Amino acid sequence: MIQQFIKFEWKQFFRSSYWQKSIAINILMVFFALYFILVFLALGFGMYPILKKQFPESDPLIMVNGFLFYWFLGDLLMRFFLQKLPVMNIKPLLILPIKRSKIVHYVLGKSVISFFNFLPLFAVIPFGTILISEDYNTATILIWMLLMVVFTLTVNFLNFIIESKSTETELSFLPIIAIASGLFALNYFEVISFSTLLSNAVNGITESPILMLIPIVFLALLYFVNYSILRPKLYVDGSLKAKEQIATTSDLSWTRRFGDIAPFLQLDLKLIWRNKRPRSSVFILVIGLLYGLFFYPNPMYKEMIPMFVFVGIFVTGIFMINFGQFIPAWDSGYYKLLMSQNIKYKEYLNSKFSLMLVSAILMFILSIPYVYFGWKILVIHFAAMVYNIGVNTHVLLYGGSFNRKKIDLTQRAAFNYQGTGAVQWIIGFPLMAFPILFFYFPYKFFGFEAGIATLIILGGIGIVLHQKVMRMITKKYLKSKHKMISAFDQNN
Amino acid sequence: MIQATQLSKKYGGSIVLNIESLNIPKGQTFGLVGNNGAGKTTFFNLVLDLISPTTGSIINNKIQVNKSEDWKPFTAAFIDESFLIGYLTPEEYFYFIGELRGMNKADIDTFLEQFSEIFNDEIIGKKKYLRDLSKGNQKKAGIVAALIGNPEVIILDEPFANLDPTTQIRLKKLLSDLTKDSNSTVLISSHDLGHITEVCERIVVLDKGAVVKDLETSEETLKELEAYFSV
Repeated sequence: MIQQFIKFEWKQFFRSSYWQKSIAINILMVFFALYFILVFLALGFGMYPILKKQFPESDPLIMVNGFLFYWFLGDLLMRFFLQKLPVMNIKPLLILPIKRSKIVHYVLGKSVISFFNFLPLFAVIPFGTILISEDYNTATILIWMLLMVVFTLTVNFLNFIIESKSTETELSFLPIIAIASGLFALNYFEVISFSTLLSNAVNGITESPILMLIPIVFLALLYFVNYSILRPKLYVDGSLKAKEQIATTSDLSWTRRFGDIAPFLQLDLKLIWRNKRPRSSVFILVIGLLYGLFFYPNPMYKEMIPMFVFVGIFVTGIFMINFGQFIPAWDSGYYKLLMSQNIKYKEYLNSKFSLMLVSAILMFILSIPYVYFGWKILVIHFAAMVYNIGVNTHVLLYGGSFNRKKIDLTQRAAFNYQGTGAVQWIIGFPLMAFPILFFYFPYKFFGFEAGIATLIILGGIGIVLHQKVMRMITKKYLKSKHKMISAFDQNN
Repeated sequence: MIQATQLSKKYGGSIVLNIESLNIPKGQTFGLVGNNGAGKTTFFNLVLDLISPTTGSIINNKIQVNKSEDWKPFTAAFIDESFLIGYLTPEEYFYFIGELRGMNKADIDTFLEQFSEIFNDEIIGKKKYLRDLSKGNQKKAGIVAALIGNPEVIILDEPFANLDPTTQIRLKKLLSDLTKDSNSTVLISSHDLGHITEVCERIVVLDKGAVVKDLETSEETLKELEAYFSV
């Protein structure tokens, strides 16, 4: 049976139009994976010599154990945003002669073979091997390595529990951030020193291997909790079924003043507000706005002006990047309607453009208080806003014509945890990297004003040529219309 | 009104639709029947330029559909649920479509009054989103939305499927009134030979993408169709 499931997964993956259309993204993902593997390998091989050199007095193994807490905390955060519980189309399987428990075990079991669980091994195995060759007790090190695997899996299953709990709330990423920063703070201010506790525990276990049973039992417990969360969801009237919402209607007649694009603007606003996934891109605005606080007060970045450009683009463009890159996939569910209705493509795209434009201006206005950290920041934010409006909006709209991945708005939270994965952030990357480059070179050779001027001029050119560019983009959409329709018709 | 010439659609090597010539005059109620895979939905999708033809062309009121978008203002369709916007309430959906077809809210409210029987108090004013309606009620909303703004060409793919018996009967009456009163051209497909012979003036039978019968509806048509399909 399990073999069958694996075959389905394979077919689902390779037969989806997404795979066929976006090989470039897949290749990019592979490169990222390779990069992380290399980093971890370097860590695994380099750790022992470096620690030995820097701290000749202390035992490298004990020192590494002292850092484990931060490692796992980071791991947990990263997984929350990047790792999804393996999605499987459950409904067709329910009436087949397959035990429900088997389906759940399969879903959970599959999560174990995630890339995230193998990544630490690239550091753990070389480090352990070096330790053994340095005359550590072989049994101790083997126990330690096993322990690391158990801990990694613990984080794996802990993450799913947190995800399943937090998707029920509106601000799905707040709990994890609260938990992580809470733990970090408790540890940092030494209210409860988790890092020492964990370190002592690991040292204890490596000394008396029988204690190894405790983490294993804990892991089994987490697995069981996951199981009991998922198991009752496997009913069509359970969480596989849509919860009926009470419709709220709102008067959006103020959008009239936008003229021809008003009906689309209304539609977009409803789209964003009434569907979980696009709605989260609104809440991300808050995060984006606070993002500057990580950088500006920090004296370490004081001299890294190009870094501020990154923050500026991020702050004024966060909604644009989040929402814009899924144009027109947000409308994929009813794309056929839009294509056969009395709609001009231009108005449809203009509505999306206006939304992004307004968001950039709004975010700029809201970010004005950052002037507290220096007038340069305000200038940078302004230039970033102009660049975002003039260049990035058009890039996003143009990129949208290559969009072939359907977004199922009706899909419920149960088996659709984050909805977006690492790919989203990769696409956002060039949108932020290019303006930094455009700023950096004039800045380096001619000074701050030249860098700012370059961004504003580039943005200005985009704004001046807006009509022309939109005509070109519209043409591109018309050209790929049939391809998009057939791709949006597919379910995976 | 609608002319298809040398129209064909191939997927890979297999031909799913191949029509030499088909001419649907203005004001006709035109019915398509055929077993699964006969090419009915493919034909409708081609008329709406949702897929591109392999060869040939479709002309809708002098406009070649894959060359210009000017056929859109006078053409409306309901093919399947992907024509509905799930996160809108039915009213908002009707208003949206109305807006695209140049009707304001008040126009739509008056327009909707005539459908109160069909809606049976389950669609309007229920504070439900379209995605939460039953399949049948979704279909009703979709069909009614396709009638907004007096389109000259109305395309409905299997309008009778999923509807309750009462609504099926009402829909039949509605469709025949439509061609009488407003001179619209109506294209429908159905697996129910009884319904389609009652509603349509002309019935075309498709088989494996080709036109095998083209009948003016008469007393004998139903028998002829039943004989044809009972092989």
